[in-house]
Amino acid sequence: MTESAAALREPWTSLEDQRRVAMFGMWTFIASEILFFGALFMGFSVVRVLHPAAFAEAAGHTNIWYGSANTAILLTSSFAMVMGLRAADLDLRRLAALCLAVTAVLGLAFLIVKGFEYKDDIDKHLVPGQDFALKAGAAQIFFSFYWGITAVHAVHLTIGIVLVSRLAWLLMRGDIAMRSPQFEVTALYWGFVDIVWITVYPLIYLGGGRS
Amino acid sequence: MSGFPIFPGEASTQAVSTDHITAGLTVLAAIIVLVVFGLVVGFAFRYRNGSRAKRGDLPEWVARDVEIGWTAATAFLALFIVWWTIAASLGSLAPQPGAMEIHVLAKQWMWKTEHPNGAREINALHVPMGEPVRLMMTSQDVIHSFYVPQFRIKQDVLPGRYTHTWFEATKLGTFHLFCTQLCGTEHARMVGDVVVMRPEDYARWSAAQPQGDDIAADGASLFHTLGCAGCHLGSAVHAPQLAGLYGKPVQLADGRSVVADDAFIRDMILKPKANVPAGYEPIMPSFSGLVGDDEILALTAYIRSLKDARETRG
Amino acid sequence: MTDAIAADHPQGLARARDYLHAGSTLRSWLMSTDHKRIAILYGITITVFFLIGGAAITVVRLELVSPNGNFISDDTYNKLFTLHGVIMVWFFLIPSIPNTLGNFLVPLMIGAPDMAFPKLNLASWYINLAGGLFTLAALVAGGVDTGWTFYTPYSTMFSNGNVLLAAFGVFIAGFSSIASGVNFIATIHTLRIAGMGWMRLPLFVWSIYAVSLVMVLATPVLAVTMLLIVAERWFGLPIFDPAHGGDPLLFQHLFWFYSHPAVYIMILPAMGVVTELITCFARRAVFGYTFMVYAMVAIAFIGFFVWGHHMFVSGQSPYASLIFSFLSFVIAVPSAIKVFNWTATLYRGQISFEAPMLYGLGFVGLFTAGGLTGLFLASIPVDVHVHDTYFVVAHFHYIMVGGSVSAFFGGLHFWWPKITGKLYSETWARFAAILMFFGFNFTFFPQFILGYLGMPRRYHVYPPEFQIYHEMSTLGASVLAAAYLLPPVYLGWSMFRGTRAGDNPWGASGLEWQTSSPPPPRNFRSPPALPDTVYDYHAQGKAPAADQASPRRRDSEARQNVDAAR
Ligand code: HEA
Ligand code: HEA
Ligand code: HEC
Ligand code: CUA
Ligand SMILES: [Cu+2]
Repeated sequence: MTESAAALREPWTSLEDQRRVAMFGMWTFIASEILFFGALFMGFSVVRVLHPAAFAEAAGHTNIWYGSANTAILLTSSFAMVMGLRAADLDLRRLAALCLAVTAVLGLAFLIVKGFEYKDDIDKHLVPGQDFALKAGAAQIFFSFYWGITAVHAVHLTIGIVLVSRLAWLLMRGDIAMRSPQFEVTALYWGFVDIVWITVYPLIYLGGGRS
Repeated sequence: MSGFPIFPGEASTQAVSTDHITAGLTVLAAIIVLVVFGLVVGFAFRYRNGSRAKRGDLPEWVARDVEIGWTAATAFLALFIVWWTIAASLGSLAPQPGAMEIHVLAKQWMWKTEHPNGAREINALHVPMGEPVRLMMTSQDVIHSFYVPQFRIKQDVLPGRYTHTWFEATKLGTFHLFCTQLCGTEHARMVGDVVVMRPEDYARWSAAQPQGDDIAADGASLFHTLGCAGCHLGSAVHAPQLAGLYGKPVQLADGRSVVADDAFIRDMILKPKANVPAGYEPIMPSFSGLVGDDEILALTAYIRSLKDARETRG
Repeated sequence: MTDAIAADHPQGLARARDYLHAGSTLRSWLMSTDHKRIAILYGITITVFFLIGGAAITVVRLELVSPNGNFISDDTYNKLFTLHGVIMVWFFLIPSIPNTLGNFLVPLMIGAPDMAFPKLNLASWYINLAGGLFTLAALVAGGVDTGWTFYTPYSTMFSNGNVLLAAFGVFIAGFSSIASGVNFIATIHTLRIAGMGWMRLPLFVWSIYAVSLVMVLATPVLAVTMLLIVAERWFGLPIFDPAHGGDPLLFQHLFWFYSHPAVYIMILPAMGVVTELITCFARRAVFGYTFMVYAMVAIAFIGFFVWGHHMFVSGQSPYASLIFSFLSFVIAVPSAIKVFNWTATLYRGQISFEAPMLYGLGFVGLFTAGGLTGLFLASIPVDVHVHDTYFVVAHFHYIMVGGSVSAFFGGLHFWWPKITGKLYSETWARFAAILMFFGFNFTFFPQFILGYLGMPRRYHVYPPEFQIYHEMSTLGASVLAAAYLLPPVYLGWSMFRGTRAGDNPWGASGLEWQTSSPPPPRNFRSPPALPDTVYDYHAQGKAPAADQASPRRRDSEARQNVDAAR
């Protein structure tokens, strides 16, 4: 009783209802997010159809190692997230906290790898502008989208890391009811951010003839 | 002021066909408005609170049938109008073959036109009556839109690609040319005249046009009107002398060295912060948005023409 | 002190007389998660934004009296109508009905104590405010001169205005829209009182539901669009730059993919409001309830596929244009269903003409006129001629000002007694409604003629032959402005001096009328009783004689109340 009461929020009277609506709200938000990324991918694809050669060339200059490493990292983090969720379900506070912490750390690792990748790109003059390395005009557009999409994804991931770390922290201190809907909602969001990356990866890294 | 004009003149073949559609739609719309207003006002009066009108039964199926009825009727009406207008617009998609081609170049905030024989005009277009004319248009900077109300034609003019439209003038006279795509400060002043002439007058006119102009001279005057001279021609502002600059390497404040070519000058004008010459404060303002592509060309031509004075450069 | 406690503790809240008395500190308002208080907060901000947008266009209308454009500079003019458009669309009209009336009424109408996510609700107000402040800052710090459409490459590479801040402000406001949309959808799905199925939701709730779907699914595209502008302007990423092979039309597609659905964000709630008004004052259940629901959902859905009708002359493929033209006509069919059903609802009613009903009837007329001119625009050859002329300006003001703003005023008057517990002066309200109707037509009808004559929009210098119509329009606009300034006066007066309203002054059906006026903090002291049918006036097809007593009685009660207010 006290467990559920602690997790209950206005204007709800039953935790089941609250969980249902929280998930429903998150799904609705994800529908919105799908259109957000969808529009970006759409824009990318339109220009790609206009300039296939330049896009293929530009894609060849992305760093597939960093991209693939990050894909692996993010997939693993999702696995940890699901474990955490299951642990929370089974009322294993310590294990849940651990799994969430691992998730957050993997998320951070993704960002760090991303940071190295960005540094590499900057060194190779792949930032559109004055001294851009590639000649084809549309290559700049490719990299505009590259920076735009990966940056927006990184922002989403950062939000996710903050949410997950917060939950892990609360769990550790015992400040959150194990039955709080927040776990599921956060996990859903994390899964979504992961799936976005799974779409970004082939779109950006695998699109080019590599040399 | 000139009274209450309620209809623009029709001065092209499209004008006539467009107006037919407008007239048809107006009649339809008027009927619909009258019916809706009539019913609303009629019901409002007849069924006003306390009136003695009968308010008897209305069987369920009547309501449903009525609903389906007017939904279907509207759908058919809508389909009919679509069919009608689409047929009309398919008809006017392409001009007759053999149309005379005129090039239109739009830039902030001016129309430049070029006739088949090379004659050029600014903010004006002379065309022969009764001859299909096809316009090939492009823009140097932002999107503009070529609009001649009396011809009922309009087409956006885009940078980096060509768009076309066509017309066949049917009336002599001078007509408005408007830019109808918001293109910056002087959008409302980007207007001109379209002059429709008899074919023989047009032939005479176009033969008599001078061709070509001195672009560096344009640049020189721009150099003064834009205020470049205020800094670059011996003033209190510590700004580099431009004489003899063209083609020479320039030492930049951040250690790089670049050659002062067209691209450099263009960047200097549009993005002065990108390349700051060593020894100067980065105070030159950006002229981006204030100068168009061909003004930059003219300025560059002018700066290039100062090349011979190389020795005077400190 | 006690106020603060009342605001912080649900128990204290429940004891308060009504939501207005549940705390009077500033904090108790700014931190409230009560949907009714948040609605009031929204009400205040949109009023301020409306006045700012109105003030800007007042200057524009004055400038247009003379064809020479000598009163303000070219640049100022461009900045003023941009200010007007941006503020009116994103910070006034889009949040207007959903976030004030919708926020206040949806939980009441479905018998819920609050929205599903009360904190998110408050957050979306703050986000909206932040977006508004960013945009205002942009407009103060340099101004923006791109029009509300932000077309590239002008906005990204050439404009000297503060496009960055403005685009960012709109971007932020988008999140507020999405948050409200999610909140409404979740609320309507999960918090309906037991026994209230989907097909007996009030149509206003349906309209908010439909509009929330559009908000959730269209606004993210606006967010992307604004983000790409920021990326190009700030970071120099050449996304739309034709010099690098970028496509300026891509921007237009993205923009209109959002902005056409956005016009339905602006009209659907208005349709919902008007349905409630007409059915109440005709004392008759809405004609064809199911069709009304389907029509709204159809409008919301088809609305996603017609954006290209804004681009007939942009250089998009002519065949694409044909399809967009066709779909624009398709969307006229559900709109027609709405118009005809409102009309048929009047049939065999007991119609009375209080101010909200005048607004409602005005809406039907002006929306029909505006919508029909939309059909002119959807016809390609006609649009080629009138695109970007005053014909378009007249079209959308007919729908947005004549339609949505009228509906907003109608709804505001209708639910005013519920919101404040007070009755306003019926005489003044009717006078304002009629003045608004005439002022409106006087302002915008001449613009149809002006547009067909070829007067381009966004022009403050124009050939003298257009002057006469501009003068008429400006004259009309001053009548309109005067009419708009009346309601704040008599409504404000009623708050302090008005007679008490009673729970149900109009004798309306609907759960919101079962609670006290103003409602208590958690909306219902005891669960409301669900009537047999959704519009419990008298059922469609049933003679009023069957239950003659009740509507009459309610009616005379209402009349007494109204008379008392005079
Ligand atoms: C609330 C806002 C709103 C609404 C609801 C609408 C509704 C419609 N609009 Fe409008 N529109 C705008 C706001 C709105 N519009 C704005 C802001 C712009 C300009 C943007 C800018 O450039 O700045 C614009 C511009 C605009 C254009 C582009 C014009 C141009 O720039 O060249 C077009 C073209 O097709 C168009 C069409 C339509 C159509 C077909 C409808 C339809 O949904 C209307 C349907 C309603 C009816 C048809 C009336 C009721 C029907 C009957 C009574 C039955 C009879 C019907 C038949 C015979 C079929 N609109
Ligand atoms: C969405 C809602 C909306 C609303 C409510 C309005 C309301 C009005 N609009 Fe607006 N309008 C648009 C949306 C709207 N408009 C849009 C989107 C554009 C396109 C912009 C663009 O091209 O980018 C436009 C453009 C537009 C133009 C075209 C400008 C041009 O192209 O050059 C005109 C011209 O007459 C106009 C007129 C009016 C008038 C007279 C009102 C009246 O209804 C307003 C009446 C209100 C008042 C007059 C306020 C009264 C109060 C005061 C005056 C108080 C003074 C101030 C203080 C106390 C602080 N509008
Ligand atoms: C406010 C004064 C000012 C104005 C006006 C101005 N400039 Fe400059 N210009 C400078 C200064 C100072 C520098 C060097 C430092 C810098 O980059 O700002 C400079 C640098 C340049 C250079 C590079 C010179 C070199 O030696 O490397 C060019 C080319 C140039 N300006 C062209 C123009 C043109 C063309 C215009 C008019 C369209 C113009 N400037 C207007 C102040 C000005
Ligand atoms: Cu060019 Cu407007
Ligand atoms: Cu539209």
